[in-house]
Amino acid sequence: MSNGSDTAHESLHPNRLGQWRSLDELAGTPEFEALLQREFPERAAEWLDPVGRRAFLQLMGASLALAGLTSCSSPPSHTIVPYAKAPEDLVPGKPLFYATAFAQGGIGTGLLVESHMGRPTKIEGNPQHPASLGATDAFAQASILSLYDPDRSQTVTNGGQITTWKAFVAALTSRLAGSSGAGLCILTETVTSPTLAWQIRQLMAKYPQATWVQYDAISRDAVRQGSRLAFGEVINTVYRVERAEVVVTLGAEFLAAGPGHVRYARDFFARRRVEAAPLNRLYAVDSTPTLTGAMADHRVTVRQQDMEAIAWAFAGALGVPEAAAISASMPQAAWVAAAARDLKAHQGASLVVPGDEQPPIVHALAHAINRALGNVGQTVIYTDPIEADPADQMASLTALVANMRAGQVQTLLILGSNPVYTAPADLRFAEALDKVPFRVHLSLEADETSARCQWHLPEAHYLEAWGDVRAYDGTTTIQQPLIAPLYDGHSAHELLAVLQGDGPQDGYDIMRAYWQTRLSGEFERAWRTALHDGVVGGTALPPKTPGWKPSFAPAAQPAQVFEIIFRPDPTIWDGRFANNGWLQELPKPLTKLTWDNAALFSPATAERLGLQNEDVIELALGGHSVQAPVWILPGHPPDSVTVHLGYGRTRAGRAGSGIGFNAYLLRKSTALWSAGGVEIKKTGRALQLASTQHHQTMQGRNPVRVGTVEELKKDPHVIAEMGEAPAKDETLYPPVTNEGYRWGMAIDLGACLGCGACVAACQAENNSPVVGKEQVLLGREMHWIRVDRYYAGGPDAPETLHQPLLCQQCENAPCEPVCPVGATVHSQEGLNDMVYNRCVGTRYCSNNCPYKVRHFNFLQYSSDQPTLRLLNNPNVTVRSRGVMEKCTYCVQRINAARIRSKEDGQPIKDGEVVTACQGACPSQAIAFGNLNDPVSKVSKWQASARNYGLLAELNTRPRTTYLARLRNPNPELEKA
Amino acid sequence: MTQLFHRSTNTLARVTLFGAVFLVAGIGWGVSALLTSPYASGVGVPVEQPVPFSHKHHVADVGLDCRYCHTSVERSSFAGIPPTKTCMNCHAQLFTDAPMLEPVRASYRTGKPIPWARVHTLADFVYFDHSIHVKQGIGCSTCHGRVDQMALIWRVNTLFMEWCLECHRHPERFVRPRSEVFNMAWEPPADQAVVGAKLVTEYKIQTQTSCSICHR
Repeated sequence: MSNGSDTAHESLHPNRLGQWRSLDELAGTPEFEALLQREFPERAAEWLDPVGRRAFLQLMGASLALAGLTSCSSPPSHTIVPYAKAPEDLVPGKPLFYATAFAQGGIGTGLLVESHMGRPTKIEGNPQHPASLGATDAFAQASILSLYDPDRSQTVTNGGQITTWKAFVAALTSRLAGSSGAGLCILTETVTSPTLAWQIRQLMAKYPQATWVQYDAISRDAVRQGSRLAFGEVINTVYRVERAEVVVTLGAEFLAAGPGHVRYARDFFARRRVEAAPLNRLYAVDSTPTLTGAMADHRVTVRQQDMEAIAWAFAGALGVPEAAAISASMPQAAWVAAAARDLKAHQGASLVVPGDEQPPIVHALAHAINRALGNVGQTVIYTDPIEADPADQMASLTALVANMRAGQVQTLLILGSNPVYTAPADLRFAEALDKVPFRVHLSLEADETSARCQWHLPEAHYLEAWGDVRAYDGTTTIQQPLIAPLYDGHSAHELLAVLQGDGPQDGYDIMRAYWQTRLSGEFERAWRTALHDGVVGGTALPPKTPGWKPSFAPAAQPAQVFEIIFRPDPTIWDGRFANNGWLQELPKPLTKLTWDNAALFSPATAERLGLQNEDVIELALGGHSVQAPVWILPGHPPDSVTVHLGYGRTRAGRAGSGIGFNAYLLRKSTALWSAGGVEIKKTGRALQLASTQHHQTMQGRNPVRVGTVEELKKDPHVIAEMGEAPAKDETLYPPVTNEGYRWGMAIDLGACLGCGACVAACQAENNSPVVGKEQVLLGREMHWIRVDRYYAGGPDAPETLHQPLLCQQCENAPCEPVCPVGATVHSQEGLNDMVYNRCVGTRYCSNNCPYKVRHFNFLQYSSDQPTLRLLNNPNVTVRSRGVMEKCTYCVQRINAARIRSKEDGQPIKDGEVVTACQGACPSQAIAFGNLNDPVSKVSKWQASARNYGLLAELNTRPRTTYLARLRNPNPELEKA
Repeated sequence: MTQLFHRSTNTLARVTLFGAVFLVAGIGWGVSALLTSPYASGVGVPVEQPVPFSHKHHVADVGLDCRYCHTSVERSSFAGIPPTKTCMNCHAQLFTDAPMLEPVRASYRTGKPIPWARVHTLADFVYFDHSIHVKQGIGCSTCHGRVDQMALIWRVNTLFMEWCLECHRHPERFVRPRSEVFNMAWEPPADQAVVGAKLVTEYKIQTQTSCSICHR
């Protein structure tokens, strides 16, 4: 690839709006031109099996004859198995919803989980929960697959031999009988659970010499240290994003990851619509490309080592006393000054957000800046910490490892985390662990840590166990199980109860024992209300005004070094979702890679180092080295490489083991998020990466239209004029009128963050299969909705645009007339129906679809695995080999609403049918409803001046339309 | 040059050509007869059950309403098969020693359900909803026949798509007043064409023939 230099730019040919999807396209390589000429990606539509023509015809003949014979059988016999005693409230055929919460990094998001006859099948957000308001992220959506994961650990083992929970309890109690806890250590992940904290405190009273260590690989230590630098204590920060008119992020991914991100995304984008004037404005300083930064009106990228200088420059410009002596001299000085002026002009209505992975000083400076801007109490709310013990996790883990090595730890209980895999390499955790005589690991999978512990205990999934968890603002949810443990798993609560000895042993009893005295009002009623609502009323932490005790000062800037940046993987996080096929196959939002991680470089740096996509390089740091494939990411800061944690697992399961490279091997306990001095060596090998990026390219047709507020005010037609006008509506066919309901969708591209929650939600709702890396390489992924990612501008600092693409439900659907068997036809309400039982698999429809949103079951992708069958939505057909499939607008939900409305004698109300993608969307970017109703949300959106149809010039009359992305640039920076 | 074939071959050829028509027609008739036969559709074949439960006795003789057992028929897609508890509501008092009912008592004792044999089976890609049909005035007997006269249950209709569409295209031929839905003995009146059309308007019944109404 030779597009890093200025001379190379001259030969580039982005489309009329300057948009491009990949570097190959921008550079116009012959390979890319050849790819464009193909209807489908290479080999996507070819028969590659080594079956000759004769053998093929023989097989065809035989299967035809056999298929004919099967139709001569009598109906298959089935049994109906009713309950012996039916449970209360359960109506067969109707789903029930239970409130619970999903925790990541110990922070909860409220959920409503759909259950069919006792099987949890789909996760929705809990509208009453402040961190969700009805939406979820991709992790929460996909967490239900982990419940049914056939590779989950199923038995208690001791030294690899299957044994029982009882045997474990006996071994543990005899070991600890009469002990004061000397040498006993409990290692957990970050604990916000009030009950777990209460149990641990009780244990500490019983075993006064025991220790408790918390460790999360994606730790928020820097946040806590930054707070100590500023206030002398740990303070939790809650943002009121909806009040902010100007937001500056310092390497923060706060809209797409971290505490409260689902809520923040909703609040942020609520102020990105024309209707909600004035728009907010986002400035992003990124140290590696983030989704938040991709939404920014103005973005600069710097290396993480330069972030501190940027933060000081902001502090200096905004009158932070500690930064009085700062004079900014970095290349971004003018940009910072302009952003700072904007911040200053919006005192009390602005917000500076530091990223969790940024050094403590950046957090301290962000506190100082927000304080100087008068944002505290307005857009920034301080509360007590939500963690039960906001300790410095890395320090306590380091101390634990030293103790283990010194032989001072006799009994180690590891609850949930996987430190053998995730601990920084310099601690040599595994080696130290071997010195502990009695090691116990409670986990969902028999993973790397389990393999080095004598005792492995299967953990109950959060949908199987009682628990509680706090949200970003402290709101507590009591998690209730949806199903009895599939494999006799136990929760951390139950394991600690064994240690405690007396007292309740069952998760339910433990939970009730804790809450008995802590719920206000009559207990039974309050308990049931809390479970029903999914929130315990009044548990949000009250605002607090911490004393300002700054203990930081400018330090000498270190010498510039080539930098390696560590980040959690955007889809499999710290590695815990490695065996989750949905998340493995969910294209990573910016790279569109599936099933692998890669070393990400900027185009200029890659060119300087002579690297190309898929080259395998060796990254060496501190005596460790890994081999990683290269992926060039436009917008990446120069002279640095980003690697994502979570891959290269050895004992994750069938889907997750042995793929990608383990970036933890390069991580040091003193430099968790970035480090200098990485050495890069070429190996001369290459590894094919399964990116969904090149598939189904649209050439120069301005799929994503972008306008500024000013442009739109000046000329309301500006968006419509960016593409060819739709063809005149002349037809020889009689006009189609959909009386009653006319379903349609509108997607606000200005609010689409590109996070992929919709993709995961669609997969869960519609029983979409996972196909695997080989099939993705052939372009055969089965997602009914994909998020296309385009770039505009130069490759070093491009604008990133996202566009969710699903079946457009064209009124003049090109797929319909070419189907020889009428398997895709229009419904009375204007849906483009796909009838699986008619489909014979000619694939003509997909060939004729200009949006390429149809997906063919080339192989038997849907799984017959017994536990995975439990996961299927009973209201959607499980497709088998040889049929085409595509988005149905969640017709099962439309039908359910239509039946309900007829039974109630009321028409379907606006907002009553919520598609899976719409429901999951954190930023509310999707509107769905009846276009015949002029006051429905979707009708209003489609009447907006920002509305346009994709490829409408082909006269497909798409029912799904897009609202152009809105920018709100700072005029001062726009000119420059 | 001598004739290769004897003259009689001509007759044979004529017979064969003529016969082929009958042969093809015959095969066609045979296949269609097989497909619509009780063997293939299950129509009219009583299904053996683990307990020889008689709808005739419980409905016609005892007078139970359909909904006493099929509780969710008005609320859900699935009409509901009663839990063992429902049987025991009466059979804790009646016929408590009948050997025929031992599987029921055993189920109640052990909590292990009775595996009833399914009579009406739809393909997995068909989604039928009882509640809306009942609500719109389609009676039980329209599809299930005179259940009150069956000792063991059998299918009276093929459940072929063609059969569904008969009603989905012309609901006025089958609709009855809502008050008669659970009446086993209801027969269409002589003026069903008039009454039915009136009910279709009154109940706002639409002719739903889009594929996605049943297939999704």
